[in-house]
Amino acid sequence: MINQRSFFFNVDWISIMLFISLIAIGWFSIYAAVYNENAMYMIDFGTNSGKQLLFIMVAIIIGVVILLLDSKFFYVLSPVFYGVTILLLVAVLLVGRNVGGNQAWIPIGSFRLQPSEFAKWATSLLLARYISSLTGKLNDFSNVLPAAAILFFPMFLIMLQPDTGSALVFVALIFVLYREGLSPYFLFAGFMMVVLFIGTLLFTKIIIIAAISIVTACIIYYAYKKNKRIVATTIATFILSLVFILSVDFVYNNVLQAHQKTRIDLLLGLINDPRGAGYNVNQSKIAIGSGGLLGRGYLQGTQTKFNFVPEQSTDFIFCTIGEEWGFAGTATVISLYLFLILRLIHIAERQRSSFSRIYGYAVACIIFCHFFINIGMTVGLVPVIGIPLPFISYGGSSLISFTVLLFILLKLDANRMGII
Amino acid sequence: MDSFFSRKYVIQAIFIAITLTLLLRIFYIQVMDDQYLLSANNNVLRRLIIYPARGIILDRNLKVLAQNEPVYDLMVIPGQVAPFDTLAFCNLIGIPKLAFYRQFIKAQKYSLYRASVFEKQLSAKTSAALQERLFEYPGFYVQNRSVRYYPDSTAAQFLGYIGEVNDREIEKSASFYNKGDYIGKSGIEKSYEDLLRGQRGVRNIMVDVHNREKGRFFEGKYDTLAVSGDNLIASLDKRIQLLGEQLMRNKIGSIVAIEPETGEILAFVSSPGYDPNMMVGRQRGNNYMKLLDDSNKPMFIRPTQAEYPPGSIFKVINALVAQQFQAIDYNTIYSCPGGYRYGYRGFMKCTHVHGSLNLIGAIQESCNTYFGYTYAKMVDKSGLRPINGFRKWREAVSKFGIGSKLDIDLPGERKGLLPTAELYTKRWKSERWGSGFNISLSIGQGELGITPLQMANVVAIVANRGFYYKPHLIKAIGAKKIIRPEFTKKNYVGIDTQYFSPVIEGMSRVVKQGTAYYSKINDIEMCGKTGTVQNPHGENHSVFFAFAPRNNPKIAIAVVVENAGYGATWSAPIASLLVEKYLKDSISRPKYYTDRLLNANLLPKKPIPLISKRVRDSLRLVFTKDSLKKLPQTKNSNAKPKDTLKRNLTIKTPKKLLDTLRKNIPQKNLKKEKDTLKKYISTKKPKTIADTLTKNKPLLKLQK
Repeated sequence: MINQRSFFFNVDWISIMLFISLIAIGWFSIYAAVYNENAMYMIDFGTNSGKQLLFIMVAIIIGVVILLLDSKFFYVLSPVFYGVTILLLVAVLLVGRNVGGNQAWIPIGSFRLQPSEFAKWATSLLLARYISSLTGKLNDFSNVLPAAAILFFPMFLIMLQPDTGSALVFVALIFVLYREGLSPYFLFAGFMMVVLFIGTLLFTKIIIIAAISIVTACIIYYAYKKNKRIVATTIATFILSLVFILSVDFVYNNVLQAHQKTRIDLLLGLINDPRGAGYNVNQSKIAIGSGGLLGRGYLQGTQTKFNFVPEQSTDFIFCTIGEEWGFAGTATVISLYLFLILRLIHIAERQRSSFSRIYGYAVACIIFCHFFINIGMTVGLVPVIGIPLPFISYGGSSLISFTVLLFILLKLDANRMGII
Repeated sequence: MDSFFSRKYVIQAIFIAITLTLLLRIFYIQVMDDQYLLSANNNVLRRLIIYPARGIILDRNLKVLAQNEPVYDLMVIPGQVAPFDTLAFCNLIGIPKLAFYRQFIKAQKYSLYRASVFEKQLSAKTSAALQERLFEYPGFYVQNRSVRYYPDSTAAQFLGYIGEVNDREIEKSASFYNKGDYIGKSGIEKSYEDLLRGQRGVRNIMVDVHNREKGRFFEGKYDTLAVSGDNLIASLDKRIQLLGEQLMRNKIGSIVAIEPETGEILAFVSSPGYDPNMMVGRQRGNNYMKLLDDSNKPMFIRPTQAEYPPGSIFKVINALVAQQFQAIDYNTIYSCPGGYRYGYRGFMKCTHVHGSLNLIGAIQESCNTYFGYTYAKMVDKSGLRPINGFRKWREAVSKFGIGSKLDIDLPGERKGLLPTAELYTKRWKSERWGSGFNISLSIGQGELGITPLQMANVVAIVANRGFYYKPHLIKAIGAKKIIRPEFTKKNYVGIDTQYFSPVIEGMSRVVKQGTAYYSKINDIEMCGKTGTVQNPHGENHSVFFAFAPRNNPKIAIAVVVENAGYGATWSAPIASLLVEKYLKDSISRPKYYTDRLLNANLLPKKPIPLISKRVRDSLRLVFTKDSLKKLPQTKNSNAKPKDTLKRNLTIKTPKKLLDTLRKNIPQKNLKKEKDTLKKYISTKKPKTIADTLTKNKPLLKLQK
């Protein structure tokens, strides 16, 4: 307790180093993506890489400011942040600018604000505050309902934009609820839903229903004598699965939009159209795949340099890394992310206050969700969902929002001995 | 520590598992599967072919016959064009503003990022003026390429022409040629294509998603340079070639001149000719159709493709063969009562009543009677059956290169016609026939077909006293001056040297005091023989062949002028002028002498219907099965029997074919046919790479 007042005291330097490595890799990748052999200055504020440099500086300043604030600040003001975010999300639907089919931006001067980015940490904060204030079990219906409301309200507003990608990120917060006591059945149910959805699209319904019937029958046969509860749960699951399977067609045809269906069909190999709808993913795979073990060398990537890959400084930034640095580069980046996420979970677990712990898990889950969907999309494991790669993709709103997300946790962590 | 602490491990395990899945997937596409590397290279790599300069063709005195001339195409990349003063630009390149916009919109439609031709073949002057100010017009640039140019517009049928390859040629070359490549289509351009075309180079470049060039692939590691084609030195002498073409203007016929001691062709005139430059450039298609449609058939290479009965010049061969067979000697005398009587009623008229003549006199006077007796003696009184006597005679004559190809280095040579014994056996339905049944062969009429090239070769044999070199058009190839070995081999014709003296003496007298007296050249002893070929379709053909000087001959020449009359009137003077020009490089004859030849118009008075195969002369159509009937005029097509229509279809002239078809399709069907054709053409418009690329721009907009 010698130097407690220094604001860097107790800050988790490992996380900060990981953060700095990722934004550095990000900046160099953006530079490579927009690189043009003729007439190119290292720093040119007209290009994406130049602008990103500005965003990085702003992000770092904001990070330092957050470290300087009182940690109680976030706990106390979390309803305010949440309220403001909801207002912004409503406002964006009314006055926002439509870019690429999404009403997601509020223009402020020459910059554009993306409220859905801020919704992530505002929601996380309020969720953490609500759950930490609970006295009973989270599993109780009366407790889950407000938590679900906090989670789904901004998600619903974002869906209206419609920005399915950003909305999907909120689903990842289910891990937070699980950690805090939500029944594992929900995780299992989510998993089952994904499996059944894909299964129903790939095979006929009869086969799927037959398969789950057999599995259900087996479980009942073995568990009948020992555990009546498992039998009941299994039968309930079976019935729910049947309902779900029968509703897949309806959801697929009436709820999803045409381009989303196409993306899912492309992913599952139901359609093959490398020059049309599948162009993006196909070119992205070509770019990454051509990198080989060690890559073509920095600034030597032909696919990204000659614009074969679309959106290459934002959503498909991973292609530049894959092509120019090869498997060595991609494995390094993926390891950095995994390390950061595990570190954040470690940080969350060492908190004394449940508010900080819950918030820590929320941060880890959100970053992980972005990381998995974005990279999975570029290598064709996940349907195309346009969400950025944290700290690496070009874009001010996303970089600043991830920085805020991370640094609030680091501030809370630095103060973990104090009492909120 | 709360009760759910252990769930930390579950969450971490799930995260690690998912991350490992990602990593495995990436390892697979990056390290295990190399299809992506190939696709990536396909995306960026483009092979550009660099075309070498085509070899140039020189004449024997190293004067240029065919060369490459740069032309300048103005190119435009519409995507790079910035606003500029269009009026000044239009004035600079000399096009109206409307044409400018039309052209620009066309280029824009083609592609925004790829260059297209804006204005073809600017003159050197315009392009120079434009080059200076090009910086004002971004997006425009001048590209030069080379086209064939024939500086003196001479020797069209000799040089041939080049054109874009067709599908059959691509197939035949095992896809060595690509669509749009140029290939020699006739003449030397065709027969020496392999040497002239050179070796193509390859440049590998990288392009971006819009197909814009972005630099060299691997710094040019896989590039190859183009190697220019070999230069050819033709045997032609441009001086006499040009003179020959002038003299043959407005006449149908050929001139072939050979250097006897080498077999090199000095002049190769086919008349009517055309300007070889017509087959180059923007008007090529139109010109080509015009030439094909011309009833005088300028595309027909008469020196090697037209076959005529030789007429009296054939007497030279008969005189030589008869001496070799010991049928006559130089002193043998026959008496001419004004004709030769054969069989019971046969009578072959002679031009005059010559009285008693020996061999020299008979050649000088071109006496039909003398050669009638001589031929009869060779065939009937050879000690064999007449049919075998004829066979022996035929074999001796064929050694002169008659009735077979001389294998000149030019495509499309015809072998001519030397009748076989079987032909007559079939005709007379018996083997018991003799000289009386084909006596016209004695004077070079009848079933004989000899090309002007073969005629020139015969006189070269006489000049050499018994042998010839294969006539050829190319003297040397490239810088190494290699001559093909087959061109240096002597071909003996089986006549002993001493038998040539009386014949040459006779030929000398033909010019000195005989039929070709009018064509005598001062200081040069020319030995020649005139011929007047009877032609059942019209005026006689005028034929003359000669060599000069008598000792150590330098030039052997054959001239055929169709439908012109006596050999002495037209062919002989033309030959004598060429010989004088070649040997002395000047002409001593008075102006009226040359003017008469230059100004004469001996073309047919009215166009003659189309022809498929020529036997008697080069213009009339005579089917082989039916040598006398002419093809009915296409205009009376209603009365045409069915089978003639079929024959008509075999004529490979698209326009004519179309006419025939049109006449045979009822009017209302014709319109329907036309519509379907139009529809077909409009749907068949080729898609360019650029089209597909711009169409396939990412269709999905990513969500933010």
